[in-house]
Amino acid sequence: MTALLEARGLTKDFPGIRALDEVDLTVRRGEVIALLGENGAGKSTLVKLLSGVHQPDAGELRLRGEPYTPQRPADAIDAGIGMVHQETNLLLGLSVAENIFLGRLPLARGMVDYPALRRAAHEQLTRVGLGDLDPDTPVGKLSVAVRQKAEIAKALSLDAALLILDEPTASLSQQDAEVLFTLIDELAAEGVAFVYISHRLEEVPRVGDSVVVLRDGRRVVMWDHGDVASEEIVRAMVGREVTRKYPEPPATVGAEVLRVEGLTRAGAFEDVSFTVHAGEIVGIAGLVGAGRTEVARVIAGADRADRGTFSLDGRRIRVRSPEQAIGHGIVLVPEDRKDQGLVLDLLVRDNVTLPSLEQETRAGVVRPAALSRLSALLAGEVDLRGRPEQSARTLSGGNQQKVVVAKWLPRGPRIVIFDEPTRGVDVGAKQAIYQIIHRLCAQGVGIIVISSELPEVLGIAHRVVVLAKGRRTGEVPRAEADEQTVMRLAVKG
Amino acid sequence: MTEEGPDPRNPSEEGSAVDEAHGGQGEVGARDATPGQDSPAEVDAKTADVDDTARGDRWLRRLTARLPSSGGPLIGLLLLVAVLSVLSPAFLSVNNLFNVLQQISVLATLAIGGTLVIISRGIDLSVGSVLALGGAVAGWTFAEAGLPMGVAIVAGIAVGAAAGGVNGLLITYGRLPPFIATLAMLSMARGAALVITEGQPISGYPDWFRLIATYDLFGVIPFSVLLVALLYVLAWLFLRYRPTGRALYAIGGNEEVARLSGINVRRAKLKVYTVSGALAALGGLLLTARLNSAQPNAGFTLELDVIAAVVIGGASLTGGSGTVTGTLVGALIIGVIRNGLNLLGVSSFWQSIVIGAVIAGAVMTDTLRNRED
Repeated sequence: MTALLEARGLTKDFPGIRALDEVDLTVRRGEVIALLGENGAGKSTLVKLLSGVHQPDAGELRLRGEPYTPQRPADAIDAGIGMVHQETNLLLGLSVAENIFLGRLPLARGMVDYPALRRAAHEQLTRVGLGDLDPDTPVGKLSVAVRQKAEIAKALSLDAALLILDEPTASLSQQDAEVLFTLIDELAAEGVAFVYISHRLEEVPRVGDSVVVLRDGRRVVMWDHGDVASEEIVRAMVGREVTRKYPEPPATVGAEVLRVEGLTRAGAFEDVSFTVHAGEIVGIAGLVGAGRTEVARVIAGADRADRGTFSLDGRRIRVRSPEQAIGHGIVLVPEDRKDQGLVLDLLVRDNVTLPSLEQETRAGVVRPAALSRLSALLAGEVDLRGRPEQSARTLSGGNQQKVVVAKWLPRGPRIVIFDEPTRGVDVGAKQAIYQIIHRLCAQGVGIIVISSELPEVLGIAHRVVVLAKGRRTGEVPRAEADEQTVMRLAVKG
Repeated sequence: MTEEGPDPRNPSEEGSAVDEAHGGQGEVGARDATPGQDSPAEVDAKTADVDDTARGDRWLRRLTARLPSSGGPLIGLLLLVAVLSVLSPAFLSVNNLFNVLQQISVLATLAIGGTLVIISRGIDLSVGSVLALGGAVAGWTFAEAGLPMGVAIVAGIAVGAAAGGVNGLLITYGRLPPFIATLAMLSMARGAALVITEGQPISGYPDWFRLIATYDLFGVIPFSVLLVALLYVLAWLFLRYRPTGRALYAIGGNEEVARLSGINVRRAKLKVYTVSGALAALGGLLLTARLNSAQPNAGFTLELDVIAAVVIGGASLTGGSGTVTGTLVGALIIGVIRNGLNLLGVSSFWQSIVIGAVIAGAVMTDTLRNRED
């Protein structure tokens, strides 16, 4: 195999930190390199150097043997290096075809040649297994999985020889992820190379031909095969032994706190019932589109139920708004923390005290000093690595998640719903989040955890409620919960 | 003085010369960056072009980064005052400065509401019309219905608050974009003011009412200026110390996050638009007192000056940021430019051009500074 891309001694300094320290990397044609590391290990920096967003301070890049010095993303694209971001960069209002050929629509006499556009788009979509998709479909109507493939089709249409995939499976179900892996296999067989970034270590053996682990800006290890055990990778990533992946949940479970019965929201889910006890962790499992998030949002008052009842401590309650839900002690740590959990441009302090403004009001006045005190307290409570006076945007993913959890603590929650609590956070922060969940649990709070990572749900929950296509298809106690049982229920109906 | 007043109907009384002096950091920097971009780009390929743009940028950013985040507009104002003092000896007198304050008092009153609305990521285009409506209702209540002036004042402000409340309802429950809802109110309130006054000014008010605009404490400090100062203190306290005030920044920053955090977003928005309407009507009363006449055309296009003052003061139209102190400085900048250019004998046509340049320069400075992070 010939080297497609070679990096030697790549170094990049940012004010106060060496983000990348003499990193070597060789990518061959048709090779899939899994690039791993904790948040802040230098993965993004490396990728940004490859894709022309930043320029290295030292070291050199060679592409097909020639010196390669991209000054901007357009240079990288011209050279055949495509980037597929975690959140796809497609315009939701435009059609798939227009998105793929954005900025280079085929013209005929100065007008867009739509038949040619459709033909060309169809050709690209066929390459990624979307031959049946109508190129005129607006991207907004597509599922996340399909959008991702469309984005890959777009990169391929630019004659990409190397595709950088940044956490492509973060929002995919296991089935969709498998489809993506198959696509990667096929394209790799055609000679397309991949740099594959992921936090899901268990998929590395499936997809990677080689594994590179970064830590503190350095390449700490490289395996020239993909078949590496997760524990080994974790050890390389954190530089120490991480003992148990999922700590055992506290054993004692108290009385019933929340009961939902016959919960229905038209078009999203139907007739969902379950209970949560004090100090119990209830997992909700299901494929993407099964209605997990939708159920969570209704319980937290974010959306309204069309039918169904809520009871708290055996008494009927009404939950018609987040305000009411929070008043009853039902709070949500939402799936998309950047869009629904945090006001990114506000300070950590103002984010973490947002639900408590009324409670902190004395004689009509809420004193900034009181908010600072409260936020310092909460930061300690969740072991936040960051200052209350920095903007929420500048925190790492794991620490942002801690803020979203911490903001509910002063409200004395009875039920905390975690929707994808560890998505996109690194190994260390994951452990911290599990610990917070357990601490709440030990205090008698009822927990609902939704996760697309089945091992996570199985690892932390006392009981797993399985949804399929908006209906409850079963409930599995911890002792009997294994992947096969849950998957069988998840694909039912 | 009465007739030229702040004349909200004519936003185009401005001038020129002070431009480069004041426009300050933004413009000076921009001018330096431009040649940097151009010349090497002609000489050589893309690389040179990129490097140099970056260098020009850095220069500009270093300059703007030195300013404290809220102090940018203030420094602009001080520069402006310094330059005008040199150019016109009449400018820096106590009387003239209070004159400026009095001239901006109506604009500044409305701009408080504008700040709250813009922080919440909204916009209120109706304030100029609601100003006229408030004045018209008060005038009609006193002159036509024959009720006491005190009742007329309450009626005027209540109608303004109601108009703002309707804006709020249209936006929250009617789910109209604020731009559309308040554009509709701009048209309706103006129409209502014309209907009530039958298109004619309503003149002749009790002396005590006129004193609101004409009485000078200790012979120099206009009462209306004190009133506006009090409003600013209240608004500052509201944004800093009231839960709703603090929540406004969260609502403007990300409404869904605020809602999921248990903030009653609808109630907060209703409040904000209602207050904006009430303040607009109060502005209408101030203007009526000064002119001794309620004019159905009063406040025409004043909403644009309000937005300008808020934006020059550092608020972002994308919501989540802004301060009343910044807005006050923004209103002062507009007032000082108009006053100074008048003193220098610059035509109102030119003043309009200068104010436009200041808006662009101020926001550009702000954007460049924010790019730092």
